[in-house]
Amino acid sequence: MPEPAIRVADLRKTFRVPVREAGLAAAARSLFRREHRDVHAVDGVSFTIEPGEVVGFLGPNGAGKTTTLKMLSGLLYPTAGEAIVLGNVPSRRQSDFLRRITMVMGNRNQLQWDLPALDSFELIRAIYRLEPTAFRQTRDEFIDLLDLRELVSKPVRNLSLGERMKMEFVGALLHRPQVLFLDEPTLGLDVTMQKRIRSFVAEYNRRFGATVLLTSHYMADVQALCRRVIVIHHGRILFDGALADLSTRFDSTKTIGVTLRDGTADLSAYGEVLSTEEGRTLLRVSRGDAPDVTTRLLRDLPVLDLTIEDPPIEDVIERVFADARDERPTAGAVAGGGRE
Amino acid sequence: MTSPTASTAPGAPGAPTAPTIGTGPLASIRGWVDLYVATMRISIASQIQYRVSNYFYMIGMVTEPVIYLVVWSTVARQQGGEVGGFTPGEFAAYYIVWTLVRNMNIALTPWAWEERVRGGELSGMLLKPVHPIHNDLAGLAGWKAVVIVLWLPIAAFLSLIFQPTYSIEPIDVVVFLVAIWGAYVLRSMFLWLLGLVTFWTTRVGPVFDIFFVAELLLSGRLVPLTLMPDWAQQLADVLPFKWTFSFPIEALIGRLPADQLLRGLGMQVLWIAISASIVAACWRLAVRRFSAVGG
Repeated sequence: MPEPAIRVADLRKTFRVPVREAGLAAAARSLFRREHRDVHAVDGVSFTIEPGEVVGFLGPNGAGKTTTLKMLSGLLYPTAGEAIVLGNVPSRRQSDFLRRITMVMGNRNQLQWDLPALDSFELIRAIYRLEPTAFRQTRDEFIDLLDLRELVSKPVRNLSLGERMKMEFVGALLHRPQVLFLDEPTLGLDVTMQKRIRSFVAEYNRRFGATVLLTSHYMADVQALCRRVIVIHHGRILFDGALADLSTRFDSTKTIGVTLRDGTADLSAYGEVLSTEEGRTLLRVSRGDAPDVTTRLLRDLPVLDLTIEDPPIEDVIERVFADARDERPTAGAVAGGGRE
Repeated sequence: MTSPTASTAPGAPGAPTAPTIGTGPLASIRGWVDLYVATMRISIASQIQYRVSNYFYMIGMVTEPVIYLVVWSTVARQQGGEVGGFTPGEFAAYYIVWTLVRNMNIALTPWAWEERVRGGELSGMLLKPVHPIHNDLAGLAGWKAVVIVLWLPIAAFLSLIFQPTYSIEPIDVVVFLVAIWGAYVLRSMFLWLLGLVTFWTTRVGPVFDIFFVAELLLSGRLVPLTLMPDWAQQLADVLPFKWTFSFPIEALIGRLPADQLLRGLGMQVLWIAISASIVAACWRLAVRRFSAVGG
């Protein structure tokens, strides 16, 4: 049994932020007594990720995703708990550790703005002390994979956002890291470009067996790349398991799509009507009732087409966060205990 | 749509990273040289994109020494042709070399650190397996290669106007070539130290001002140190500023005997060792601080 690539136990990060009311009197008071508030950005997170796994790390803004990723990459020092990545304590930031990981942030840029990306790649070669022949081979392979041959000689400032992001990926992976922390890597990209980046990450994972921890607000990214997801909210893990199990755990409904041979009819007696478009009606029914409703529909009506689907993953995720906001206990949730 | 990958991926989990140039002292030296050369090349290529603005910047910078030069040359003539051991021709030599030394010892300003932290550049630097000071030292060194080329016509023009007098021996040139880089490294260390203060507080403008005023007076930037009172000269001898400015200038214009040249190089080495040690210690604390409060 190999060592996990990432092992996190009861990891916590608390930021102490100054607070002050508005107004002159509050400003004067703050001269003598500064008040602070503790913000628990990550509040006792535990999980392990095996080598070669691609895991989606999901949560709304401010859930603690980026803070966790920063602790795992050595950018932030944990307040408490333990994080081990490839056998290293990230916060020690040892060179050997940094050579084996990478972090791609959708809004950050490591390429030289005024120069062609090829020049930046040369600098990366020198920083990671890469053997020149192997470096050129890897670089050319990635350039071809992302279809960048025509663009690598143009100054980065002349590239589109999507083209720049593809270049960023090449730069971030030239040293062939074993662990990839991807923080919103497709942010702001069009659908075609998102798909290209996803294919590249999948191919890299397949070729090199790299471990990937990915945050993204685009569920298409997660569905394409990850079988496993970890859902975090208010710094705590709400779910850790197979993506396919997410809807089973958090959404007790099924969506039935019905098309009738003789047009539309009022189907509200069978379930909650979500929409009726172009002769197709979508019904929401409880998971347990789905077989019975289906039987009744087929028996009672001239059905031309009928589908039974899990609700869209976006809706499930939204429901997970809504449940957490309402502080209702979530069935099967992994996180230990409620918030204080 | 791409099919999900996950743990069933056929690639060998934990496959090795890309091959490196190897380990051992020789490979290490080769790696460092390669890093500095690559960073300098990037910097030169970037600066060439901005050659016009660089030229205007340099022309603007020449204004300061030209004012000093005109003032002190006038004073020297009024004092019978010499003041503080400097003739107008020697003042001209001093301030023309000044323009080169000033450009050569430019380092990252302490104010740049705030932007570095806020803009996220520091996070990118911390993810690299190399101390960020090497990026700054090599990057600005590359910029200086461009500066030297741009400086030559300016120096020729100033020489034509102000008629400098030099008494240079070959050893002066050799020492200057070493001292100019020593001055750059030394000044970089001190400005880095000042910059690291911003990790704890951004309200350190007055501290920076004190540093730069002391440097202006005790480095030989404002006036040659021989024009300063004795106590100021003695103080300058034991502080780092003189070794970043006055020493390389006076080495090249031929005002220092051999023992002073060697002592100057020794003082540069000493101060670089001291400041580098402090930078190393403070950097560890600064990173700890940064990683505690976030970036």
